[in-house]
Parts: sequence; C-alpha cells; structure tokens
Amino acid sequence: MPVPMPDTRELTVRPAAAAKEVHRVDKTFELRRVSVRYGDNPAVKDVSMDIFHKNITALIGPSGCGKSTLIRCLNRMNDLIPSARVEGELRYHGEDLYGSRVDPVQVRKLIGMVFQKPNPFPKSIFDNVAFGPRTIGMKGDIREIVENALRRAGLWNEVKNRLKDNAYGLSGGQQQRLCIARAIATEPDVILMDEPCSALDPISTARIEDLMLELKERYSIVIVTHNMQQAARVSDMTAFLMVELTADEKTRYGELIEYDDTSKVFTNPADSRTEDYISGKVG
Amino acid sequence: MTAHDIAASGAGAGSLRRSLEAASPRYGERAIRAFLVGCAAFSVLVTIGIVLSLLFGAIDFFRAVPVLDFLTGTDWAPGFEPAAFGVLPIVVGTLNIVFWALAVAVPVGLLSAIYLAEYAPARVRRVVKPMLEVLEGIPTVAIGLWGLFFLRPLAEDLFPFLAWSTPHAVGVAGVAVGLLIVPLVASVSDDAMRSVPGSLREGAYALGASKLRVSLRVVLPAAVSGVVASLVLGVSRAVGETMVVLMVAGARPQISVDPTASVQTVTGHIGTTATGDISTGTTDYYTIFAVGALLFVLTLAMNMFAIRLVRRFREVYE
Ligand SMILES: Nc1ncnc2c1ncn2[C@@H]1O[C@H](COP(=O)(O)OP(=O)(O)OP(=O)(O)O)[C@@H](O)[C@H]1O
Ligand SMILES: [Mg+2]
Repeated sequence: MPVPMPDTRELTVRPAAAAKEVHRVDKTFELRRVSVRYGDNPAVKDVSMDIFHKNITALIGPSGCGKSTLIRCLNRMNDLIPSARVEGELRYHGEDLYGSRVDPVQVRKLIGMVFQKPNPFPKSIFDNVAFGPRTIGMKGDIREIVENALRRAGLWNEVKNRLKDNAYGLSGGQQQRLCIARAIATEPDVILMDEPCSALDPISTARIEDLMLELKERYSIVIVTHNMQQAARVSDMTAFLMVELTADEKTRYGELIEYDDTSKVFTNPADSRTEDYISGKVG
Repeated sequence: MTAHDIAASGAGAGSLRRSLEAASPRYGERAIRAFLVGCAAFSVLVTIGIVLSLLFGAIDFFRAVPVLDFLTGTDWAPGFEPAAFGVLPIVVGTLNIVFWALAVAVPVGLLSAIYLAEYAPARVRRVVKPMLEVLEGIPTVAIGLWGLFFLRPLAEDLFPFLAWSTPHAVGVAGVAVGLLIVPLVASVSDDAMRSVPGSLREGAYALGASKLRVSLRVVLPAAVSGVVASLVLGVSRAVGETMVVLMVAGARPQISVDPTASVQTVTGHIGTTATGDISTGTTDYYTIFAVGALLFVLTLAMNMFAIRLVRRFREVYE
C-alpha cells in the first residue's frame, strides 16, 4: 500500500459552497484562444484558460457545447478524427502541445484518459491494467505495478482472486474503476475524465469521486460532468461552457463563459448565464 | 384466465374490442408467407437430396470396400488392376494444397485486412473493398490457366534448384488457390476487425499505444474469432477447389511433401473420374460418391466450426 489515504470522506460530504484551498501554482495546461472545428463546423471557439497542477478542473455546460471536444484536445485524441482541426495555442508545462515535432503517441503516455462508457479490452483483468505499462515499457515487476494500480483504483480486493478472468465479467462500476486503474498504471501526469460516472449508480459514483480526490494528490485531473453536485463536490476549479450562435444564426459553437474557483462559480458566479445553468433554469 | 375470458370480461368496451380486430383477413400476406416457406423448404430439400444421393452411392461403395481400408489405405488406384482404394494419398494431396494456400492467404489476407481496417483512408477503402468482392468472383478456370502458364514457369525461374520434373506442381497449385482465397480472407477479416468497437481503439490510443500496437494487440485479438472464421472459410474453399487443382497440381495420387510433385487431390479425383469414361455401377464409379461424402463431411465440419466461431465473436461485446 503506497500513500496513506487522506480522509476523503470528509471532503465529499462537505457542503458544496464551502471554500476549498485552490493551489494556483504550476500551470499544467495553458489554452490561448483555442478553437476546434469539425470540417467547416466550429465546435468550440476561442477558449482561453489555465489548468493547474494537482487540481481537479471541472468542465460543465449543456450538451453539445464542446466539453468532450475540448478535453480531447488536451491529449490530442482529436487527431484520431480526420475532420477535426485545432487552432490557437495550447501549452503543456510550457511546451507547445501541437508543435510540429510533438508526437501524439508520446503525449498520450503522459496524459491518460477515462471515457464516458467503460471500455475495457476483451482481455483478462490483469492484461487490461498491464497494457499501458507494457506499451510504454515501464521498468519493474509488472505484477507489482498492476497490483498497485488496482489498489489505488479501489478495485484490488474485489478482483485479486480473479485477475485472469475476462474484464467483461465485471460490473459497470468495476469496469470503470478498472479503466481508471488502467489509466493510472502508467503513472501519467494528467488524467482526463469525460463523464466517467454517467453510466454508474450513486455508490459507484461516490467511490470514483473519492478516488479522484485521492488521485489529485499525485495527478492533475480534468473532468467533464453533467452532474452539478459532482462538480461542486470534487473540483477545485470549474469552467462553464455554453452553446452560442454565430451572428448570422447559422452555426452553433461552444464558448467558455466563466472559469474560476469552484466555490466562486457555484456561490457567486460572475455571469448570469452561469447562474441560470447551475440553478437549473436552462440547459 | 384464458384469452377468451379476458375478451368476455371486457365485453362492456365492445367498441374498443372491435377496433382491435383485423379489418380483413389479409390473404395477400398469407400467400406471400406460403411462397416464402416454399422457397426455404425447396432449398433445404435440395440440400437433403444432394446428401442422400451421395450417401446412397457411398453405401454402394462401402459394400465393396471396407470403410477402414478406405480411410487408412495408402494406395489409391481405382482405375487400375489390381485396384486399390486407400484414400490417404488424395487426402494428403488436398492437405498439401491447403498448406500452401494458407502459407499465402494467412499473411497476405491478414495484412491486407489490417491495412484496410486500420490504416487505409476512407478513399482507398471505397475502391479496394468492392474490388476484393469482384476478385472473389473470378472464374477459377482463369486462375487455373494463369497458374499453369504464368505462375508455374515463374516458380521454376525463381527456384531453379528444385526438381521441376513435370509440368505440374502441387506447391504452385496451392499458391494459386491461396491467391484465390485471399480476397475472401481479407474481406471477412476486415469486416471482423471493423466491427471491433471504436471505443476499444480509443482506450488503447489513450494509453499511448501506436497504431501498430493498437492494430495488433487490441483490434486483432478482439476480432480473432472472426479472423479465424475467415480462415476456416478459406480452407473450406481450398479443400473444395477443383479446377485450379486439376490444371496445376496434376493427377498422380501419391503421398509427397515435395512442392514440385504432381499430386492428385480429393476434388481432383472426382473431377477426372466424373468426366472420364467410366461405366456406371462399377466400384470405380462409386469411389466418387464415397470421396464426395468424405469431402462433404470435412467441409461441413469446418463450416460449422466457423459459424460457431462467428457467433461467439458477435457475443464478445455484451
Ligand atoms: N466526430 C465529430 N464529427 C463532427 N462533429 C462532431 C464530432 N464530435 C462532436 N461534434 C460536434 O461538436 C459539437 C460539440 O460536441 P461535443 O461532443 O464536444 O459536446 P459535449 O459538450 O461533449 O456534449 P455532451 O455533453 O452531449 O457530451 C457538437 O455540435 C457535435 O455535434
Ligand atoms: Mg461529451
């Protein structure tokens, strides 16, 4: 068992409004006027924000406002969509993420991702977790690496006797924690999570939220969520995006409306649209 | 409570009940249904008829030749004096063909499938995929000609140190058959790999896997039963292939692993015997039924295996 567990339970039941200590020190990502298009259709326009190290940064907003599009820019997953074009400046620890010499494969070794729908490989539980470490050629005992990742994902006790079983035999919540274990097994620097709990029941969700708070001690986390309470509970900073229409009202695109400490966004938002969205008046 | 009771208890709502009944007894639908059932039954009956005719011929054959002698004999000389009915030489001939065919079709077919499913841009796919399907339909006699007059001399030029003693060569025939089944293998494997959910690819890419690694370590294993099924279908096709084999492999029933040898196969025997002048009713004549039944059992077993694999493969994801 590596790090001693901080008392996460206390954090999760804390009222959403309570202020959290936000460490705005190291910038993991700096986005400057980042725009993404799919072919000729803009998806997000002119997003500028800083994402800080060892923070949980939440992206919220109505469906279609480009949250997934934006988070997928951060580990260059959008490169896999032939029509997607990313413009603007995106720095990762000061380095241009879209520089001509940057290898997206290398980027993704440092910036892991967990998806909305659990997507374990149709392999054994062990091989799922071992896939990443083997891919990057990690040194050390692979069994130890797998065990550590599973422990940190809070899954070890449930699967330690069935590591050779196919991952598809796990429940949805277990599969999602397996995907998290798979993502942290390579010791990435950042973990991106696109609605990681949307397919899960409240108990599995709570476990994953606890896990996020624990992981934040070591990693930067960016999470997309539709669940306001979740954003309020776990995140340090919150970005609110919204769908806007172009002047000629022909195309829709996502825009960053507000980005600040979560406590501020949820208690005293600067923009009335944020307040409307959070209080459930729109979206 | 029966359906009738339910209807009766709802008698108060008479108007509603009327509206639920069919306005007219749709005769057209019944006629179409009867016609479709007839068509399906016809094809099943034809299949049964083929099997039965093979079976009766084979039974006549096995009255004259013990089954065990047939299955284990190493001498195949039906038209000769004394006649010998050991089927192993022509079975080994068929295995020879299958071996060389797979030696070509596994690498070429699988690499094409990986390219098509994972690497090819949509533009290329749109052209190549239909082309594969057209290639599947090339008359085998054309491939036989090409094998005999192009591939066979080419093989001799490429490997002059081998003993090319006859104009035929089982290795060359096998390679030609292999090329014949490449489109089938590539096309079915491509389908299998493309039906692997994109979320698995994304998951692997997100872990920093390269395209090659995603293809070989995630997509290919996930599609493995479909890929194996494509190979089993290919083997079935190779086992059943007659024209190319007759033209290129020759007609000497002998147990040999030499790729330059002239060798007869199971289908080759049926082809030559059925087209030669053999009087019906003789044991020689009945060999083709026995051998045909053997062929039928072999390919049926393989196809059933393939179908089961494909079914399992569909169930892998939920
Ligand atoms: N692969 C794609 N090709 C073309 N357009 C896309 C693609 N993916 C997303 N879009 C478009 O980009 C816009 C933003 O989509 P995105 O998935 O980023 O929204 P989202 O905020 O994640 O929505 P949700 O909350 O429903 O997940 C939408 O208009 C969508 O139709
Ligand atoms: Mg989304």
